[in-house]
Amino acid sequence: MRNPLSEKVTGIKPSGIRKFFDIVSEMKDAISLGVGEPDFDTPWHIREEGIYSLERGRTYYTSNAGLKELKEEISEYQKRRFGLDYNPSGEIYVTVGGSEAIDGALRAMLDSGDEVIIPQPSYVSYEPCVVLADGVPVVIELKEEDEFKLKKEQLEEAITDKTKVLILPFPNNPTGAIMTEKDLEGIAEVILKHDLFIISDEIYSELTYGSRHVSIASFPGMKERTIVINGFSKSYAMTGWRLGYACGPKIILDQMLKIHQFAIMCAPTTSQYAAVEALRNGDDDVGYMRNEYDRRRKFLIKALRGMGMECFEPFGAFYVFPCIKKYGMSSDEFAEALLTEEKLAVVPGTAFGGCGEGFIRISYAYSIEDLKNALERLERFINRHK
Amino acid sequence: MKKEILDIISKNSRYSTEDLASMTGADKETVEREIKEMEDDKIICGYPALINWDNTSHERVTALIEVNVTPQRDMGFNKVAERIYKFEEVESVYLMSGGFDLTVLIQGKSMKEVARFVSEKLSTLEYVNSTATYFVLKKYKEHGIVIEEEHDGKERMLVTP
Repeated sequence: MRNPLSEKVTGIKPSGIRKFFDIVSEMKDAISLGVGEPDFDTPWHIREEGIYSLERGRTYYTSNAGLKELKEEISEYQKRRFGLDYNPSGEIYVTVGGSEAIDGALRAMLDSGDEVIIPQPSYVSYEPCVVLADGVPVVIELKEEDEFKLKKEQLEEAITDKTKVLILPFPNNPTGAIMTEKDLEGIAEVILKHDLFIISDEIYSELTYGSRHVSIASFPGMKERTIVINGFSKSYAMTGWRLGYACGPKIILDQMLKIHQFAIMCAPTTSQYAAVEALRNGDDDVGYMRNEYDRRRKFLIKALRGMGMECFEPFGAFYVFPCIKKYGMSSDEFAEALLTEEKLAVVPGTAFGGCGEGFIRISYAYSIEDLKNALERLERFINRHK
Repeated sequence: MKKEILDIISKNSRYSTEDLASMTGADKETVEREIKEMEDDKIICGYPALINWDNTSHERVTALIEVNVTPQRDMGFNKVAERIYKFEEVESVYLMSGGFDLTVLIQGKSMKEVARFVSEKLSTLEYVNSTATYFVLKKYKEHGIVIEEEHDGKERMLVTP
């Protein structure tokens, strides 16, 4: 029989998280700080709207780009929150989670051999999606001493005449880093100078602490060359609904929509109706959850530092990314030993790129009680391995 | 700061001062001082636990009583309300707008005990004109907490990107 598989796909190595997940799920009574999704249930009024839409028999496809009222709400939301002005017809479309939008944007923009700059540590899907779109990933290694921000000098250095797109993943999973208005200024300059495009993954935009998220698309000249990706998973605790969206220039969106139309048809209808309610009446829920996360963030950082771990203060998402170099283990070894000795799961930093070596990702999408329990185990572990 | 502490302890008053300090980013002394001030100012009036007596072997009956009263000169409803809320079995008393005047929530060991309270103590009070008693059959949610939550969020996978 011929080899049934594509070399392109078999060449992609499976996610480092997957491997870890397999070990954890074998284990009885393991507890975890390894989750990348909110611990809150979707607010009831949003769920209720989803249920109502089912009762009303709204069980059909929507138009490819999504429900008109949802696109209008998204437009209104982007203006209200980030000062961005997108036309609901043509500059916004609704996707199956932010993930689909990342994939779609890359496929719509890349030709074979085009280079895409990916700052790491960052979300696991960027690199494989670039490869699947026949692009060439070029990794920038973000540094702890820069608080894992992207520096314009680093960006300049990574650019070649093949470079086409920069993926901008802030607020960042796994580091929790954010980019302030001032940080972004320099990036925007470089992008303009080299005539590049940006895929700005802003899925954690509602989860910043102490300052509001700023979108790079709000800088002069940037809206025309930026795809803003956002969604409902993190801000409204709606991961299982699989709903995201992309905003951007019509010329790119038209092509993304074409891929979406043939590959997906439309995002889940029930989720879209629920999302309309989320955007109309969900601001308080978002604020409530943000406050909760912020308390846990402060609690966790203080506790980690208290037990002697080195940990820079993250101001976004719901992760901290402490350094574990002084314990004489690699990230993988640390995470595995922590799991076998204390039955506590965290994610090794290397799951998010090679430069995550020496770090682990700890999520604070957990109640204070759960955090306390887990921190006890962690403290026992590091005291043993001092 | 005070609002932040109130938000946290309104959900769970058992956090230690250290925990509250960690969560708010303030130091322990500040948290202690703020709490003391709020206790003194009667902003924080107590720290009762939310107990589901149905899961114990102790019988508890809750009743809601609508009370119609005649307000008194110079004192309005306050004097009557006071004479009612002083009774130990009375949990809560609210002055209401609408068709009746006072809502009285009472807890007793048995329906008999509640009935005795209403007939002997409450309805015989001067200025109390009429009462209507409703027994609580089942509590679903109290103080923002669902009494018997069906799931506990354990459906999340243990490790996800």
